[in-house]
Parts: sequence; structure tokens; C-alpha cells
Amino acid sequence: MYEPEFLREAQRQLGVCNACRYCEGFCAVFPALELRAEVASGDLTYLANLCHDCRDCYTACMFTPPHEFAVNIPKVLAEARVRTYEHYSRPRVAGLFRRSVAGTAAISAGGIVAVALLIAAFVGPGVLTAAHRGPGGFYAVAPWLAIIVPAIAVALYGAAVALLGAFEFARDIRGGAPPPDAPLRAPAARAVWQAALDAVTLRFLKGGGAGCYYPRERGSSRRRVLHHFVAGGFLAALVSTTLAAIEQDILGRMPPFPLLSLPVVFGVAGGVLLIAGTTGLLLLKARSETEPASSTMTAMDYAFLVLLDLVAITGMLLLILRDTRLMASALVVHFGLLVGLFVTAPYGKFVHFVYRYLSLVKYAAEERAERLAAAD
Amino acid sequence: MGRRPDGQPPFDADVVIAGGGNAALCAAIEAASLGARVLLLERAPEHMRGGNSRHTRNIRYLHDDRTAYVTGPYRREEFLDDLLRVGGGSANTPLGEMTIAESRRVPEWMAQQGVRWQQPLRGTLHLSRTNLFFLGGGKALVNTYYDRALRLGVRVCYDAAVTGFEDRGAAGCAVQVQIAGAARTIPCRALIVAAGGFEANIEWLARYWGDAARRFLVRGTPYNDGTMLAAMLERGAQPVGDPKGFHALAIDARSPRFDGGIVTRVDSLPFGIVVNIEGRRFYDEGEEIWPKRYAIWGGLVAAQPGQTAYSVFDAKSWGRFIPPAYPPYRAETIPALASQLELNREQFVATVEAFNRGAPAVRRIDMSTLDGSATSGVTPPKTNWASRLDTPPFFAFPVRPGITFTYLGVSVDAQTRVLTASGAPMPHVYAAGECMSGNILLRGYLGGFGLTIGTVSGRIAGREAASHALGRDAGARGGVAHVRA
Repeated sequence: MYEPEFLREAQRQLGVCNACRYCEGFCAVFPALELRAEVASGDLTYLANLCHDCRDCYTACMFTPPHEFAVNIPKVLAEARVRTYEHYSRPRVAGLFRRSVAGTAAISAGGIVAVALLIAAFVGPGVLTAAHRGPGGFYAVAPWLAIIVPAIAVALYGAAVALLGAFEFARDIRGGAPPPDAPLRAPAARAVWQAALDAVTLRFLKGGGAGCYYPRERGSSRRRVLHHFVAGGFLAALVSTTLAAIEQDILGRMPPFPLLSLPVVFGVAGGVLLIAGTTGLLLLKARSETEPASSTMTAMDYAFLVLLDLVAITGMLLLILRDTRLMASALVVHFGLLVGLFVTAPYGKFVHFVYRYLSLVKYAAEERAERLAAAD
Repeated sequence: MGRRPDGQPPFDADVVIAGGGNAALCAAIEAASLGARVLLLERAPEHMRGGNSRHTRNIRYLHDDRTAYVTGPYRREEFLDDLLRVGGGSANTPLGEMTIAESRRVPEWMAQQGVRWQQPLRGTLHLSRTNLFFLGGGKALVNTYYDRALRLGVRVCYDAAVTGFEDRGAAGCAVQVQIAGAARTIPCRALIVAAGGFEANIEWLARYWGDAARRFLVRGTPYNDGTMLAAMLERGAQPVGDPKGFHALAIDARSPRFDGGIVTRVDSLPFGIVVNIEGRRFYDEGEEIWPKRYAIWGGLVAAQPGQTAYSVFDAKSWGRFIPPAYPPYRAETIPALASQLELNREQFVATVEAFNRGAPAVRRIDMSTLDGSATSGVTPPKTNWASRLDTPPFFAFPVRPGITFTYLGVSVDAQTRVLTASGAPMPHVYAAGECMSGNILLRGYLGGFGLTIGTVSGRIAGREAASHALGRDAGARGGVAHVRA
């Protein structure tokens, strides 16, 4: 999956790291590297997805350009991650989505236009400018089935792509170089649990206590906090949607729900967290150094963050405008952007958590195996 | 930073510091904490700031107990014994003792400046008993100190090469500096020289080593050319330490001329044999426990023709040491390996055959002890870890001397004031770090002790120079934190 030249360059840089080892306290990447005398393709995939891009190693490295060793680990690992996402997301059309922010923008704009045209054609253009108050108001604009069927289809499709990618990824990173004298394997359940803890706490974005040197040359935990605003906001939005479905289909209450109802409270919390998190991350990114970054990965990051931010903003607008004549327009834009988000999700930055989590599981197993070996 | 809005560097200061590594930064932080206006002149551009401190990784210090970061106590008697034995004696033993005593409080001070320690990985496997590892190594340390110094108001100029200084009597002194090519004279009340040794000055080394010096590699910064060391000596400072002396390792011959750092180190030497370009062995590769002896190999290789040698070993040893950044030469037979190397091939093959006749067949040599596995009838002998080179593939690393630092420095007193031949202090001039470490470490090497000397002497110099500049009693002796009125 890597061009030979790229693989050789990554191996060269990681070879310098393996001879140095000064960065081993920052994160999981370097201890994992130390277990490997040589870095094969699967090892690179594993190490690249273990990297949380905190850039502490770049800041601490004596050998960054213009030094002739030209070591730039955050960049080369980000470039490997781009290739990972491209390789494991089938069909391999990812380039379409990520080569530029424009690709994602076009798909999202297409989503808005498609939603507007479908409503105009099947429901009638009049609903787009009228106010729709009272129970079922949203469905006067977009019929329930017309929302739920495509949404479930796209979600299932995305889940299938991610699962398939996860299986292939897990197969490819298996093996590598376990510690020579380590006991065979740590219990898998333990590793799965430890990795979940590592992911939830973003343990490897702490820089071994130094914080994340991003955007500038002083450690901070801002990025960890903002990341969890986004992750928490996303989960809250999912909870809100689920609660709304329960209210409607089990309790028989039609939306819009009152402001103090559970779906609205979760929805607002999710929306606020998402807007704060994505906006904050975008501001950090805009101020971050470009040298230790892959331009392709940066474009993917921007595309995903901007889209998620816009989805959250239009969701909040929909709540604010739901009793006005602008509700239908807000609904069209919100749904159109959601189409863009879900269509691009399996091929963009969204999937990072799948591959990172699998790498964390492998690392947790290796870490434990080594600990046991050391205790012997 | 460090520049006025009009792009001009500031032209006066209470304390000027020549240098930008660990000792200079410790001095800057202490002097600024006492309220002095400090100007730090770093010879290197910003991305290369920090001198050889960029390549450090841990610090040796006195402690009575194990902690989360060290595996056991390291007490005064043992520390002093290490210094006097491994360091070959001290030129100024009281200064050495004071450095050791002061080192006890160094980690706490470092932590106050924002330095972090490396968490133990995998149990305590990666911890040391005597040395404390800081997170991320020397460049992270230097970054933390610059950040701290700038927050304290220290003005920093990069690309600022101090070339000399002059005494201006009661007014203080003045330093001559080239900033981005333009010569300036900056008046100050006190000058701290913390500008390292002369290990990157090949011409200076050639005075003692002749043409061989031109094939030496310099492991650290290219900016340590000894300009300020020479300036102090010229103005009558009393020299200390062997001018010919330097610390050198055998490092990969393919390394950059300068600044290859830790990754060029070749740790394979005791696992096999070491031959020169004539194809002959020249020293007992199993003399003493590695890594105590690895530092002698820089000098040994420097004395060989072409200042080049090859470390040769077989598949039994591959993977048992940290590999350098360069791949080894590798072949299925000794003659095939020889064909890749630039040496006398026939003699090399004969040397390996002779070694194999005299060496025992050991499957896995034990590097943790002097295992007594010795050759017989081979000259020179290999007295430990001798094992036939019989398991292909065979490997070789080319090595050359890689200089870490030089020992020559200037004599100082307990306040780090530079002393002249008469024993009187030079007015207004203080020295810290490598350019005075010869007072304490005459020869030899103690890992992480250079940083100890730099930190202790830098802190003292910063306090003393600030007190001198501000016309107060020395803060170092009084222990009173002065605040600028």
C-alpha cells in the first residue's frame, strides 16, 4: 500500500529515531518502535495510526530539517495515515473526497441541492417557504420515510465500509515484531479494555505530561479538551436522535419536542459542544505550524471539521427557527449537510478512530506482554 | 524576541551572557530572577540554539533514596569516588565537592522551571540509579529553559557571535559581538561566558593532532569553536585541563561532519572484533565492562591509519545492541564482507581466521559481566566476550573518532569568577559550563555530569553576576532572593 520510495523514507527516519530514543516518554509510538529492529509495511501502518499528532517529538528533535537527517515524524506518519485511510476504505475512491476541501464542499452542496429539489418535486415548492408549526411540522416538509430510509441506508453503508476496513487493517498490522522473550499474548479482553481507557483519556495526546505542542512551542491540553468537546457533542447528538425516536415511535409524541424535553436538551448540549469543539480545533489548526504536518491530512482535517461545525450550527439554527417560515430552509440545509457528512464519513477523517483504536489495542497487548516479560 | 521594534538588538544590559546552552540558560534564569536586565547572546540561529545541551538526555545528581524516577540512592561518597576515579582526579577538588553537594537541589530547581521527568516505562527497566532522565531529551530541556527565560524578561539574540570583551574598570565591561554580520560593542556590568569548548574548531584540534584532526567527526554543534575560551586565555585567564584532551567515541564513519549526536554511536565493538584499514586488530575489545570503556575507542581509532576502523561481528550479536542510524555492511561470508569494505582485504580475512583459531565457540556471550571468555595465542588478545565469528551473515560498521567535548578550560573560584595566572579574579567576568568544567573533571567521563556542572555553575554564575552587577552581596552565599528595587 506504500510506494517503495515512501516506505524507504519512513524507514530511514524511524531508523534515526530507533537509534536515539529520546522521545520514548512522549507517547506509544516510540516504545512500540523500540520493539522493532526493522519497520515493515504493516509496522508503519501500526505506528502511524498510534500517532496522535501531538508534535512533541518534532519540537524535541535535534534532527529536524534543515539538519541533514531531516527527521519529521509527525509529517511522515500523517502521510502514512492518509494512505491508510485511502487503502482501507472501500471502494478506494477516497482521493475524490480528500484531495481538496473543495471535494467535500461540492458533495455537501450537492446534498443541499438534492434535498431541496427532492422536496420541491415530491412535496411541492410551497412547503419550503411556509411556516409549519405544531406536531409533525418537520414531516410536512420532509416526510418521515423519506428521512429515515436514506439515513439508515447511508449509516449502514458507512458502518459496513468501516467494518471491512477494520478487519483488513487488523489483519495487516498483526505480527510485526513482538518482544523476543515475551510471553505469547496478553489476554485480548484486557487489551481491548486498556485501549478503550487510552482512547477515552487520550492518554497519548498528553505528551508524557508535557501536553501537546500544538499549535505553538508550549505544551497545553487545549487540544485534548476540544477533541472531547467534539466527541462528546457527537455522542450527545446521537443520544438526542435516539431519544427522539423513542418519544415518537414508542411514546407516540410527535416532534417538535418542548425545549425542556430530553431530545432537545441532549441536542442542544451536543450542538453547543460540537460548535465549540470544532471551532476551537479549527482555530488551533489555523495557528499550528505547517512543517510537521501533511498538507493532505490538513485538508482532510479542515474538510471534516468545517462540515461538522456547519452541521451543528444549522442544527441549532433549525431549533431556533423551527416556528418560523425559515424552518424549511434551515431543514434543507441541515439535511443536505448531513448527507455530505455521512457520504464522506467512511472516506475522510471521521474513520481515524477506527484505525487508531485498533492500533491502541495492539499496543496495549504489547505493553502488557513486555511488562510481564520484565517482571519475570 | 530579543529585538527592538526597529530591528536593532538592545545595546546594554546588567548581565550579558555569551552562549545559549544549558549553563547559559541556567545563568540567565537565575540572574533575571534576581532582577538583573539580562541579554543572552546565542551564536547559533534559533533552530540550532542550545549548543551541545541539545544532545543531552539525563543529569547526574546526589540523592539518598530511590524515587519514582531513580532506582536507588546515590550518595556523596560514591559520587565523589566516581568523580575522582573515573574523572581521573579533580584540578580543584573543593569545587568538585561543592558541585556534588549542590547537585542535590538541582532536580527541584529544574522542575520549578518547567522541566519534566520521563515516566518509567515498562516497570523500571529504563530508569537509572544515578541519573535522572528528563522528558524528551536535551532539546526539550533547552526549549523549556528558553521559554522560562523569555517569560522572565531575558532578551535573547540569535546569530550573535561574541568575539571578545574588554574591561572598563568600575563601569564594568563591554563585549564585542557580531549580530547577523554587523559588529557591535555592548556595555554591561558583568559578563558570563558559557560558550562551550573548542571541539568544533578543527584548526585548533589540528594544532595537537595534525592532519588526523581533519578526519575527526564532531558529535555536537558546529558552533563551539572556542572563540570565547581563546579570548579569556588571551586576556590572561589561567588555563585548566589538558589542552590536547578530548572525549571521543568511535562513531559511524558515515555520520555528518557535525551534529550527528547520539544516533551515530556504534555499540557493537565489544561483540566482535575491531580492525583498522590494514585489516589488523589493534586493541583488546573485551578489556572492561562496556559502557565504561566505550569512551576510550575514540582515541584508539584516532591513532589508527586514516583514523578509520571497522567493527565486525556476526549474526549471533545482531539485535543485541541499539543499532545506529546507518545500516551495517552485511554479507554471507567474510571475504564477501571484505569486498564491501575499504581495507586490506587479504589481511582482514587472515585476521579473522587467526582470531577464530584462538577464540572459543560461544553461542551467546554474556555482556552483563566480564565473562572471562578469552582468546589464546592471538595478539592482541580479546580477554572477555571472545566468540568465533562463525555464524553468517557477517556485519561491519565503519567507525571514526567522534568528538564530544574538549577538556581545556579556564580556572574559576567558588563564585565562578575567572581567575588569572596570579590567582586574582578577572574583573566582571564569570565562566560556567564546559569552558570551566576542566576545574572539576580533568579527564575521563561521567554520564550526565557535564550537565550537572553546567547547571550548578550556571546558577552560581547567574546569581553572582547579578549581585555584582546590581551592587549587592552575592545571592549565592547569602541565599537571599533579591528583588530589583
